[in-house]
Amino acid sequence: MTGFFIDHLWLVPVLPLFGALVIMVLGRRLGEPKAGWLASSMTIGSFFITVSVFFNLLSRPADERHQVVTMFKWLPVGSLQVDMALLADPLSITMALFITGIGSLIHLYAIGYMHGDPKFPKFFLYLNLFVFSMLMLVLGENLLVTFLGWEGVGACSYFLISFWHTRDSAAVAGKKAFVTNRIGDFGVMTAMFLAFSAVGTLSYDGINEAAHHGSLAPVTATAIAMLLFVGACGKSAQLPLYLWLPDAMEGPTPVSALIHAATMVTSGVFLMTRMSPVLHESYSWAPMVIACVGAATALYAATVAVAQNDIKKVLAYSTVSQLGFMFLAIGSGAYVAAIFHMITHAFFKALLFLGSGSVIHGMHHEQDMRRMGALRKVMPVTAITFIVGWLAIAGVPPFAGFWSKDEILLYVYANNRGLYVVGVVTALLTAYYMTRQVIMVFYGEAKWNDHAAENGAHGDFTPHESPRIMLMPLVVLAGLAMVGGALQLPFSKKTAFLEHWLAPVVEESEAHIHETWAYQNKYLLLGVAVVVATLGIFAAIAVYAKHKIKAIEPKILEQAWNYDATASKLVSGPGNALFNGVAWVDAHVVDGAVNGTATIVRQVAGQVRKSQSGFVRAYAAVITVGVVVLLAWFVLRGLI
Amino acid sequence: MNALVVVPTTTWYLLLSAVLFTIGTVGVLVRRNPLVMFMCIELMLNAVNLTFVTLGRRLNDIDGQAIVFFVLVVAAAEVVVGLGIIVAIMRRRSGITVDDLAELKG
Repeated sequence: MTGFFIDHLWLVPVLPLFGALVIMVLGRRLGEPKAGWLASSMTIGSFFITVSVFFNLLSRPADERHQVVTMFKWLPVGSLQVDMALLADPLSITMALFITGIGSLIHLYAIGYMHGDPKFPKFFLYLNLFVFSMLMLVLGENLLVTFLGWEGVGACSYFLISFWHTRDSAAVAGKKAFVTNRIGDFGVMTAMFLAFSAVGTLSYDGINEAAHHGSLAPVTATAIAMLLFVGACGKSAQLPLYLWLPDAMEGPTPVSALIHAATMVTSGVFLMTRMSPVLHESYSWAPMVIACVGAATALYAATVAVAQNDIKKVLAYSTVSQLGFMFLAIGSGAYVAAIFHMITHAFFKALLFLGSGSVIHGMHHEQDMRRMGALRKVMPVTAITFIVGWLAIAGVPPFAGFWSKDEILLYVYANNRGLYVVGVVTALLTAYYMTRQVIMVFYGEAKWNDHAAENGAHGDFTPHESPRIMLMPLVVLAGLAMVGGALQLPFSKKTAFLEHWLAPVVEESEAHIHETWAYQNKYLLLGVAVVVATLGIFAAIAVYAKHKIKAIEPKILEQAWNYDATASKLVSGPGNALFNGVAWVDAHVVDGAVNGTATIVRQVAGQVRKSQSGFVRAYAAVITVGVVVLLAWFVLRGLI
Repeated sequence: MNALVVVPTTTWYLLLSAVLFTIGTVGVLVRRNPLVMFMCIELMLNAVNLTFVTLGRRLNDIDGQAIVFFVLVVAAAEVVVGLGIIVAIMRRRSGITVDDLAELKG
């Protein structure tokens, strides 16, 4: 039975696609709850199939956990042979598991959250389409199938960010996300072209094989890795392309949880891991660039998160920061740790986003944390689950985030101590701003009372706990955020399940740190991590709960170091002039060349057509003369 | 008696064919009546047919005669279309010559 599903792996992405198509045709007739249930059941179905495939792979010996399922020949063009093929291996199935698993929970949550929205079925149409694209992205056997998913998730992200498109800011945010992602897509496409011209295939097996056997020149490998990293920067919101992610919070909160925290934004990390042999084959500065960009993004976003007042903006910058952590891990050769952190992050960040959604829902679409406070009394379940998420992200043992963050920091220490310091400072800030958020939202004084007084039209304004269907996913995710660390515990070889599981994919590229000082003193580093987390939490308590120290929230941090404004100015000023210049060249030089060719042809033809006199007998004469001349030529040639 | 009986040789047939073809060609070139031009074209076709048959017989090859049937069939089909067009034109504009039919001049 389990063998059936791995042979029919295509069922995993096709189920959500089917759901999307059904809702596209019958959405209005299905109406409010049914469209949501249909979409959810499709994703849940995908999840169960993925689980079955997972166990099938698990039952095989480690080196046989690799199966390609070809659906059809996609592009059989000369030497370019691209199959529509899916790949089941530890990495892709790990990704598919948490995409469908968390995706299912978020689908269920959205049934409650989107209650009463006039575009309810359309929301689930996009959500299912997104899950389909995301699954194509991770399950793809070659770069082109992945790229198909890559563009699909980008499009769905655009649809969903600007879902409430009548709101101006939502429409603008969607556009911003789309345009910024385009820059990254350019990198991925160029990397694909380069990989094809260098290796002659787009399949991961082919490219990685070439990298393993050294038939890929280091300079080409570096170029491919760096171009893919440009794409990863766009999709995974790294400096300097992170701009779109904070704005993407304009979308409905389940979207923020699914796309902009748990799944889509991690696809850059996934792609770098998938192509890890290529990165391994690159010059040594290439991973260093990735590590530095990751560290810079992590620290930068953490400082910005400290001063945000919008409950979702804090989480958005926190996501950017955590993604920076993952790239820091990739750059340090810690692929397992990166995937580990990706999984735990998916658990607790989805939990935090859904929790914030529950708060927003209960607060009647109020997102400003300064108007919240003391919500734990009216929203007990949300509060408890949110606190679990907070402890997990802050790095408090034994919650999931602690183990994954520690694993990354261990590898970073072995790689470069300067980056380790950046990582530790970021961890401190993470604990600090998350504590700040929890205190502002769930503790302190209730500030929503004066809010109600201001907006008398709302009548009696008391935040309420969310319906059960929204709380269930919170509870499940809280459980996962608590125990998720068990996937990979640093105590012995036996507790490192994830490392064994992913070994066939990343073994040869993974950094070997067993001989380093860091590994031999890993418990010391663990201790440092605990101290740092505690320090951050207590600092925030002292500032926001006890009011002993004045909060440091300079305006420049709230405005993200003015990066957004500067970028806007650059694009609208010199950028605009440049684009106008390009448009002028296009209109005059490119179009001129095309139109000029047409004009020349037309004028020559105008002269030539005068020979068409319209006299039939003249034509006959020409033909006769021609025949005679031809005959004469043949005859004379025979004579000479 | 025997001396008076002239047995036509291949050359005679080919010469006759060439004469017929030339008459046809000149006819197409100098006449303006579409119907006459049409008949001249038929003359040219049949001159060629004659060549085929003659050479087929001379070379003892049945293909020459077979091809003639193809030419006859194609010519018959062409006559149907061509005559149809000519009759249609004649109905609209009587007494017309081909030189007047110059609507497609460049």
